[in-house]
Amino acid sequence: MENIKQRIRQFLQRSIRNVDIHNDSVIADLGIVHSLFMVQLVLFIEKEFGIEIDYDELDLANFRTVNDIAALISNKINSENGLQRKLS
Amino acid sequence: MEILLSPQHQKLREEFRQFVDEEIVPNAGKFDKEENMPVELIKKMGDKGYLGANVPTKYGGKGLDALSLGILNEEFGRGYSSTQNILTVYGMVLQAILRCGNNQQKEYWIPKIISGELIVAYGLTEPNTGSDIKSLETVASKIGDEYIIQGEKMWITLAQVASLFLVFAKEKGEPVAFLVERKTPGLQVEPTFGLLGLRANMLGKVSFDQCRIPEDNIIGKMGTGFSHVASFSLDIGRYTTAWGCVGLGQACLDACRKYTETRKQFGDAIKKHQLIQKKMSEMIVDVRAARQLCFYSSCLREACDPESPFETLVAKYYGSAMVNRVAGNAVQIHGANGCGSEYPVQRYYRDAKIMEIIEGTSQMHEIMIANNYSKSGCGKDRF
Repeated sequence: MENIKQRIRQFLQRSIRNVDIHNDSVIADLGIVHSLFMVQLVLFIEKEFGIEIDYDELDLANFRTVNDIAALISNKINSENGLQRKLS
Repeated sequence: MEILLSPQHQKLREEFRQFVDEEIVPNAGKFDKEENMPVELIKKMGDKGYLGANVPTKYGGKGLDALSLGILNEEFGRGYSSTQNILTVYGMVLQAILRCGNNQQKEYWIPKIISGELIVAYGLTEPNTGSDIKSLETVASKIGDEYIIQGEKMWITLAQVASLFLVFAKEKGEPVAFLVERKTPGLQVEPTFGLLGLRANMLGKVSFDQCRIPEDNIIGKMGTGFSHVASFSLDIGRYTTAWGCVGLGQACLDACRKYTETRKQFGDAIKKHQLIQKKMSEMIVDVRAARQLCFYSSCLREACDPESPFETLVAKYYGSAMVNRVAGNAVQIHGANGCGSEYPVQRYYRDAKIMEIIEGTSQMHEIMIANNYSKSGCGKDRF
């Protein structure tokens, strides 16, 4: 999980200098959210972690902090791994 | 471009080109003059799979890649910008549903849209809200399992004939998007005529007077109307418009190549006159540069790269500026003939202007490009 959080922080840190992004920082309050941000964030998550964000997960609460994003990703990966184990 | 296209892409381009040359080019002038195009043409585009070209095959789409979608829009832009813009509108509505809709919505609406059975429209702009979409005035109020929508939309492409509208509103200040059927009581359309360009797009003003919409018609979650639904759909809208600009620029080049070969002044075909050659070379390079930016954007889209929205923005911004320069030169090369209706360049010139306004004005894109470049890693040291 910490590896996931680190990768998310690295992506977000590209958008802001001189401010450390913490796992519980509210992303919307950091001044990095712009009109392309959500599309870029979703694309980053999907490409970096090999998952697809579904309708049910496109909730603003899932993208509020690094912790929230990491939890979303971790749950997706675990449920997909669980499904694969079930099928095999 | 030949060197960059695979045999499959070349084959697709030939198919698109043939459709455009047969169905659109011979009729473009008429459509433009009459400010109308037959809905049967939209149905034909649906039959060929062009309305849902990049929609996954599991929903009945062709599942084409980003470059193929780009080539499709370039060819349609070359044929007639109005028809290319229809592809843009369909793309935006479909992308909203694909990205933000639930499975039931995807399975119900997408096949009907991509077949052309439903004509769609994208309802974002309002009389008092253009670039400043956060100041949207259309409101939605929840009552039971319905929402009551009240407001007005303006400059809505295909409003005159659309059977389904994607409408953006606010519910207690939270942005939200709905699918609204034309038959909804309280929905009225007033046609818009006399446009500068894209005249055959059958625009209208759409008013919603106490329209009751089932909550099942919300696309995306409450509060994500701008951040998700509009963002994803405008992203693809910019992409297809960027390629459409390349096509329109190519149409200008083709018209000028033909004209300069036959038009004689001072005893020579004007293609031999140096100042005409200067204009032609500037146009050739300008169109090629725009195409390369579109191509780069297509590569990033295909790779689902997080920088693709930024590069798409760049491609649209450059493409729309390019086509205004190129269309201006095209009219200048044609002289007085360029101002009359016998040659298509006057239509290209009018359509080009619209490209700097739709799917985000060039001024908004200048702000977005500069802000994104300085804030994020967008575009830095990449290309």
